Formats: sequence, structure tokens, C-alpha cells
Amino acid sequence: MKRKKRANGDGPVTLLVGTQKGAWVLESDRDREGWKMGGPHFLGNIIQHFVADPRDPEVWLIAARTGHLGPTVFRSRDRGKSWTEAETPPAFPKAAEGEEGESVSRVFWLTPGHESEPGVWYAGTTPFGLFRSEDGGATWEGVRGFNEDPIRKKCVEFGGTPDGPITHSILVDPRDARHLYLGLSTGGVFESEDRGESWRTLNKGCEADFLPDPNADWGHDPHCVQLHPLRPDRLYQQNHCGIYRMERGDGEWIRIGRNMPKKVGDIGFPVTLHPRDPDTAWVFPMDGTEVWPRTSPDGRPAVYVTKDAGESWKRLDGGLPDRQAWWTVFRQAMAADRHDPVGLYFGTTSGEIWTSANEGKDWTFLAAHLPRVLSVEVAG
Amino acid sequence: MTVKIPSPLYSYTEGKNRVEARGGTLRELLDDLDRRYPGIRFRMVDEQDRIRPHMRIFVNGAAAARLDTEIGAEDDIQILQALSGG
Repeated sequence: MKRKKRANGDGPVTLLVGTQKGAWVLESDRDREGWKMGGPHFLGNIIQHFVADPRDPEVWLIAARTGHLGPTVFRSRDRGKSWTEAETPPAFPKAAEGEEGESVSRVFWLTPGHESEPGVWYAGTTPFGLFRSEDGGATWEGVRGFNEDPIRKKCVEFGGTPDGPITHSILVDPRDARHLYLGLSTGGVFESEDRGESWRTLNKGCEADFLPDPNADWGHDPHCVQLHPLRPDRLYQQNHCGIYRMERGDGEWIRIGRNMPKKVGDIGFPVTLHPRDPDTAWVFPMDGTEVWPRTSPDGRPAVYVTKDAGESWKRLDGGLPDRQAWWTVFRQAMAADRHDPVGLYFGTTSGEIWTSANEGKDWTFLAAHLPRVLSVEVAG
Repeated sequence: MTVKIPSPLYSYTEGKNRVEARGGTLRELLDDLDRRYPGIRFRMVDEQDRIRPHMRIFVNGAAAARLDTEIGAEDDIQILQALSGG
């Protein structure tokens, strides 16, 4: 039976978990209790992103590779009962004879397209690349306007993160299918108003203390960028250099992370938004001092929430370990459902999944002993 | 000719560790394999026709580095995965 899309999320929650060694699915009852775990799917594969299609909850996509085999995309039209591989996964054009061509080593990010464009998906890759599918992920074509953009080429030459260059945070404006954003690590935030044919940088106000010019136009390291679906001109960004908010009309990032406690700082990977309140966002701070351990500051994990668009932050650690817990939560590994109160979920690199059914006030853990968690997404 | 297939690619060959394919070069052989088992080529060879870093193709026991390596009908072709990972 075809499942209906739920506007307010009053039913069971399905959690899609991508890890270093496969994918798992966690399903709750209507009260978000009685969780059951299914999987693994693609055991041994590196599942970088595992995403459901909000336009058709039966459809799930997975970005996969192994240590040996090249990157690909798998699709399911029956919520993971069966899978089909993309006929033509994201790949750069073959270079002319004698020229050095690029090759996709990893599909890092998957984003469903606009509500008005069923079947459209975007993929972000390593090295930097943007790809588009118009048939539900069966075939993929490069978005030439981005892949051939001169600044993108400069970013390729500039390099990436210790984990390679990453194309992520592909955002589609819910008001306009042509209006896109994406993030490059490292490169910055980019915006297109013509479905990807041309791009502009969007980094004004964002710090980059690792560049000779801290006010550079590009070269920044956004870790995660989100736009609020009900207020699409408001963007939040967790950056290598702090937490930011932008009102798009102003065109400048404001470092709202300066309002975080100094001892904790404002470094992290994910930022997750409240589905109905554009002033509420959650982050998961990590230690960005000295050699950048990228673990919970002082070994005391906590989520921090703002309910006033970054003017103030509150620590949320009820139920989390209060000492010796050196967690890392990656940029794709924290998500919110649509219940009221909102349920939050995150996965750690030590293979645990945690949840809060009351917007972060109290936490319990759903799963342990998984491989390193790379992504956590809510499906329906 | 018969081609030995490594276990990570069994999902393409319906579990077979040896399959039949034809070609006068490795490129032709891999193209034929891809016709028979769609998708298998891209997992071994990237879009620039470079054999992926952790894959190895042996022709009569010698590692082949290029897809234009000529092969004959009687040659022994083995596709292996290099040791890596953790």
C-alpha cells in the first residue's frame, strides 16, 4: 500500500543510517518507542548518505562505494526491500586524448529535487562535482555550469579537507526549483539562480582563519549549510570557523556562534533546524582547539540549541554521558523529525545512535555497536 | 575466454567467480563484461579508463596497467582486489 506523505509527522519514524560498513534502518511505533532495527543493507559498503524522497516515501537512495570498488548510487522503490544500481552513476566526462581527466571517487551527498520536479535528484561528489538525475537516480549527468565554473576549478587546485574535497549541503529553495545553494569543503558556499548554470560565491562575513586573507571571496570551509523550509531566505551554517546565520536579503553571514560558551566554542559539523520554527536550531559542538581533536569538548557530549536565531544558546545533555565520552558527529549524522515536540537523532563515529523525543532535553540511545556512523536521516 | 572475478563483484555475476567474456584488448574485454553484467566496469575502472587504485587485472600472471593491453583467446585473465582496508 502506498504510504501517504505526512505533513506534521504524527506517525512512526523511520531512521536511515549510513555507516562505514553498511546501512541500517531503525523504525519506531507511533509513539516513537519500540524501535526495531533492520539491516544491514550493503554490508561492507561505505554508505556515505542514505536519503528518502519526501515526494515519494517509498523511494530511498544510497550513495555507496567500497574500499576497492568505484562509487555508485543504489535506488529502492519499496523502502529497501529491493535495490537497483544506477545505470550511469555520477561521473565526469572522459578527457580528450592527452589530457588529464577527473574521476569521481565518492558520492558524498544526495538531495531530492524540488517538489514540482518529481524524479529530480542532486548529488555532490569528491572531487568537487555536482550531478543531476531526472529519473529518480537511474542516470546522472554533470551540472556543467558548476563543474566547469572557474572558481570551482580554483577550489580543486586549492585542495580539500584531510578526508578529501567534499561537495555537500545541496539545497533547493522550496519556492523556486532554479534556486540552489551548495557547500564546498574547502571552497565556501555557492548560490545559483538558474538551476546550476551559473554560480556566485556567498561567503561575505564568514571567517576563514586558515587563509592569508580572512575576508577572501572563496576558500572557506562550510561544514553544513541549511535553509529553513518555511523561511527560505534564512540560512544557517556550521563552519570550520564558527556558527553563522544569514538573512539572504542582507547577503552577509553573522557569527551567531560567538554567543556560545567560550569553553565550548562554536566548532562542529552538523546544524539541524526545527521543521516549523525558523528561530530554532541545534548544533553538536566539537573540540576545534590546537590539533583539532574533533571530539566532544572536555569529553562531555552535548547538543546546543538556540531558540532565538542564535542570540543565545542552551546546553542540552540530559541522559548523555557526563565524562570520558569523546564523540564525533559528522555533518550528515544529525536529523530532526516532524513530530510535536520534535524528535532529534544523531549518530557517532563510535557507532551509537541517540535520540531525544523532546527537542533535545532528554536523550536515550537507540543503538550501539554499529560501524562508524556517516549519516542519519529521517524518512517519513 | 574465462575471466576470474573477485568476490566484491559477485553481486554483478550472480555469484559466479568465473565468467565468459570476449575481447582483443582489456578494454574490449571489460566492455563485453559490462554488456553481460551491467555496471560491473565502472566499479573497476573510472571514467578516465584508469583501473581503480585497489583493483588489479592480471594477464597470464602479469599485472596490466593499461586497458589497451592486448589479450588472446587462450590468455588467463584474473581480476583481483588489492589488499587494503580495515
